[in-house]
Amino acid sequence: MRESDVPQDEGLNRGLKEIAYALDQKGRYVVVPSLGWEPKNIANDQAWEVIVEDIRTQAHRVRTGERSPLAYHLARNLMTVGLAASYVRLPRWRVKRHLKPAVFSRLKPEMLQRYANLFGLTLAELKQPVLADVGFWDQE
Amino acid sequence: MEIPFTHRQSAHCETGVLSNLLGHYGLNVSEAMVFGIGSGLFFGYLPFIRLNRLPLTAFRVRTGRIMQRAVQRLGVALAREKFRSPARAMAALDRKLGDAVPVGCRTGAYWLSYFPKRYRFHFNMHNLVVFGKRNGSYLISDPVFPEPMRCPHEDLTKARFARGPMPPKGRMYYVREVPGRPDLAGAARQGIREVCRTMLKAPGPFLGAKGIRYLAKNVEAWPRKMEAREAALRLGQVIRMQEEIGTGGGGFRFIYAAFLQEAAGLLNDDRLEGLSDRMTQAGDLWREFALIGSRICKQRAGATETYAALAAILRECADREARLYQDLLERVK
Repeated sequence: MRESDVPQDEGLNRGLKEIAYALDQKGRYVVVPSLGWEPKNIANDQAWEVIVEDIRTQAHRVRTGERSPLAYHLARNLMTVGLAASYVRLPRWRVKRHLKPAVFSRLKPEMLQRYANLFGLTLAELKQPVLADVGFWDQE
Repeated sequence: MEIPFTHRQSAHCETGVLSNLLGHYGLNVSEAMVFGIGSGLFFGYLPFIRLNRLPLTAFRVRTGRIMQRAVQRLGVALAREKFRSPARAMAALDRKLGDAVPVGCRTGAYWLSYFPKRYRFHFNMHNLVVFGKRNGSYLISDPVFPEPMRCPHEDLTKARFARGPMPPKGRMYYVREVPGRPDLAGAARQGIREVCRTMLKAPGPFLGAKGIRYLAKNVEAWPRKMEAREAALRLGQVIRMQEEIGTGGGGFRFIYAAFLQEAAGLLNDDRLEGLSDRMTQAGDLWREFALIGSRICKQRAGATETYAALAAILRECADREARLYQDLLERVK
């Protein structure tokens, strides 16, 4: 890749430049700041699409009473049951059980606090998340 | 307190951190050189390891290996520590900063609050240098950012104790001693030899040039074996691994070509220049793969831009790289 060919296709980067290695006019390698490259932007957008879709699905399930708010928080924090379980130091099956609305609503404040700490939320936010918010990742 | 530390942005976090740390002690080794000496270049397609439910493709060796090999080959004494207790890990960090020693840390990117949200994945292999503390915030030289950053105590603690695959467990490292006259040429030669051997002779179908052919075979079969959406997701994942921040472009092929160019001068061997050119061409070919692949992902592909065409490009990559490593091995025997 030539220095003059280093792509500057702004996308996910939003102006944050990364380093690309390219050849200058004399054929020597130099480091060149790049704003991004369209094929990479496409692949990144695709990955986020999948995440956002999952957040929407979980939000819908929480709204219909099929899942507890925990399902939404997991999706929003890009966490699997296994990852969340290792953070709150519980076996996976217990975290999985907390996805049931009936179980979740009976959880003791200490247990809820563990989840609240993990996600950086207040207890109120944990119990009643704002389900419509899926654009968070695209802001600063 | 703030240690005077020169922050240089780099393509990749592990190599950038080591290059910056060594520079602090007067040992000037470029990022590309660290990458080459540490034998960073690699290929592996490991469908049985899943990342976000998709098969893993790797263009670099396992995290930590580059640093480990580079310090060993350069004769640098690097102290490494890991911890069980977050409080102790942070206290140890503060003590080192108090002694004016910049400290490298392995972290989980998800908890680093200075990252924009869109980059915050659960990825536990991010390296950075802490070089000071002011008003409860750490001063951080993060190689993927143009300028030094700040990170609150609480967030850095969380990041150092991120969980999930390959947890950092508070890992930190710092330079004890750098050699007065390191044998850069010898280290470069060793580095090249190992890359060639891995790429040509690693056992099994998943690694090295054979691994590229194995990926080609898989890519070809995707549209037959699964729905278009799933195939596109798998393809997108390969492109991300190849081009996402930290590769310098073309799945690390360009940064390695830069290393070969530097090595040509160091080893006084003009033919390495030609091999560097060929590595650049291999990188260009990988870029071609990403370009066409992304059009398929976006359903904007032309009639000839198919999964079969992608497989053909990959096979060409494998052939060219295999010949390249054979010729490269001749230069360092």
